[in-house]
Amino acid sequence: MGINTISRAARLLLLALLTGLVGCSSANEAPGSPTMAKIRERGRLVCAVDGAVPGFSTVAPGGAFVGIDADFCRAVAAAVLGDPGKVEFRPVTAGERFVALNSGEVDLLSISSTHTLSRDAPGGNALSFGPVFFYDGQGVMVPLASGINSLRQLAGQPICVESGTNTELNLADRMRELGLAYQPLRFQSGEQAYPAYEQGRCAAITSDSSLLAAKRSGFKDPAAHVLLPDLLSKEPSAKVTVQADPAWADAVRWITYTLFQAEESGLTQANVEASREAARADASQAERRRFLGIEGDFGRQLGLPADFTVRVVKAVGNYGELFERHLGKATPLGLERGLNRLWTAGGLHIAPPFR
Amino acid sequence: MVPVPPADPALPPLPPPTPPWWRDRRVVPWVVQAVVGLLVLLLIAFLLGNLVRNLTAAGLLLSWRWLQQPAGFDISESVIPFNAQLPYWRALAAGLVNTIRAVLVGLVGATLMGTLVGMASFSHNGLLRRLARVYVEVVRNIPLLLQLVFWYFVVFLTLPNGVAAIQLPGVVLAKSGLYIAGLGEGLRWMGPTLVNGVWQAPVRLSVEFGALITGLIVYSGAFIAEVVRGGIAAVPKGQWEAASSLGLSWFATLRRIVLPQSLRVIVPGLNTQYISLAKNSSLAVAVGYTDLYSVAETTLNQTGRAVEVILVLLAAYLTLDLLISALMNGLNHLVQIRER
Repeated sequence: MGINTISRAARLLLLALLTGLVGCSSANEAPGSPTMAKIRERGRLVCAVDGAVPGFSTVAPGGAFVGIDADFCRAVAAAVLGDPGKVEFRPVTAGERFVALNSGEVDLLSISSTHTLSRDAPGGNALSFGPVFFYDGQGVMVPLASGINSLRQLAGQPICVESGTNTELNLADRMRELGLAYQPLRFQSGEQAYPAYEQGRCAAITSDSSLLAAKRSGFKDPAAHVLLPDLLSKEPSAKVTVQADPAWADAVRWITYTLFQAEESGLTQANVEASREAARADASQAERRRFLGIEGDFGRQLGLPADFTVRVVKAVGNYGELFERHLGKATPLGLERGLNRLWTAGGLHIAPPFR
Repeated sequence: MVPVPPADPALPPLPPPTPPWWRDRRVVPWVVQAVVGLLVLLLIAFLLGNLVRNLTAAGLLLSWRWLQQPAGFDISESVIPFNAQLPYWRALAAGLVNTIRAVLVGLVGATLMGTLVGMASFSHNGLLRRLARVYVEVVRNIPLLLQLVFWYFVVFLTLPNGVAAIQLPGVVLAKSGLYIAGLGEGLRWMGPTLVNGVWQAPVRLSVEFGALITGLIVYSGAFIAEVVRGGIAAVPKGQWEAASSLGLSWFATLRRIVLPQSLRVIVPGLNTQYISLAKNSSLAVAVGYTDLYSVAETTLNQTGRAVEVILVLLAAYLTLDLLISALMNGLNHLVQIRER
């Protein structure tokens, strides 16, 4: 006890001295992010994914995680550690994701998490949301053979839903608005909810439309199930970090913007290296030089390497490439880009200026 | 006898032998207890202090206001009336009632199952005896979670619906639920009936509830069977022989002579099994039955009050188990042999 007290006092003194010494250096120094320091010390990013949603994050036969959410983790690892491979994927359920994040178990949630007031506010879940990464809406899937084509026909019927999600609350809200009684069958995770639906326990299942399409692609007979035209809600989902580390939240935010900006600037996984060399030689490409870290010190301001944008795009490609690779027409999900187009193409994704 | 030398009158008489305090039997136990007590208190104080310090640092001091806020989610199988506008504490109460319902049915079922199988392992019928052994060994060596998933997905969700449903006297088993005969409108006895392709009955249970209690009864029944077997084996063989010399049958011997005497061995063992069953009921989340744990999980996710919700859960399961324990201790007191 005695020795401990002394050593603690000594450490405090040392710390005070160091602060005194360092305190007078540049106030413009890169901000310290405890999370980023922890990631660098550990040598890998601990990234929470769902792990069971085709297109977003699933385990491929070889054991690697694939999907747009998994690739986002790689993009962050590439920016922070310089190596997209240095990710430890941690599959978590919808119910435990926020606790896992707040307890420091994971550095980042790369799971479809709808941005809502109560999740964001300091008096609520006190989380920090990045820019919207995927615009979605809550849909309802029914068996084609049931002939159901509107929510009203689900009166009195059992509806499968994952517990602890927004979709559970939206379903309750909408059914209340319509004045319909129903039986919610609440499952802890999709692992139970979707098989129960496929076995015919529920007349319908509800979740984000993209997730329904993703899960349907894994069914025995995907063509036997349809999505109702009704959307129950808007579900803009984003990447989530802790509120206690704003510097880390900023880094994740601008890594997301990097994906949008790369698409807008026509930079792809294949051409980004060559484009940087071209921009280095050509001083007239001011915007591109700033984005690619040739001019300015934007990376350092975020506590990231100067060329973090290049690393991100080289690791996973731009947003459009990510979308087409995992969710687009050529995949089993076959999703339209819709609202997820860039603002220049009539969608909602926009990156603020890199300056 | 060794002769005692006469005391030297020049020396003062020896004082009574008082050992130093650290060897004094009147002092040492008190000191030890005080030290242990102090250490326990310090540990608790440290843990609580740590919790409060960290929660304060994270801006998450304990607050209970969320209990009054509307829950916003629905519970389909609630015994007490519930809807989404009611506050969280009502949702938790509905979950607790659902848990208690499953535990009560599970306790009765598992006791019957365990007693029958335990008795069967003393049967003269070799096939019955071996079947009882196989049941116990298979069931108690497979994790309960797997068994629940099996009962739900492989047994209950493969039941047919409508006309094809399994119809037993007074009971219909369908994918949409279990329909049981009972007192219907006007207090008339009513069996399950098929109306427009949908079964109707006075008592309707969900297949989720069915899967949960089946799993709990089969699993706990195996452990209780072993407790019962141990209790019966503890009754001296002379009791069996005396009973059969009086001409009592195997069953009459068991029921009137052996089982009553074995209760004092069985009841303490049962207590442990009952408590396990109550705790195991929280695995209901795996089969979509909305119990206390399931409601608490959603509450935790919506409110972000992890510590508070877990405290509520801890208190609820602790109270439930202490209640079961108290009842069983009372029962234990009744079945003890009173020496005269």
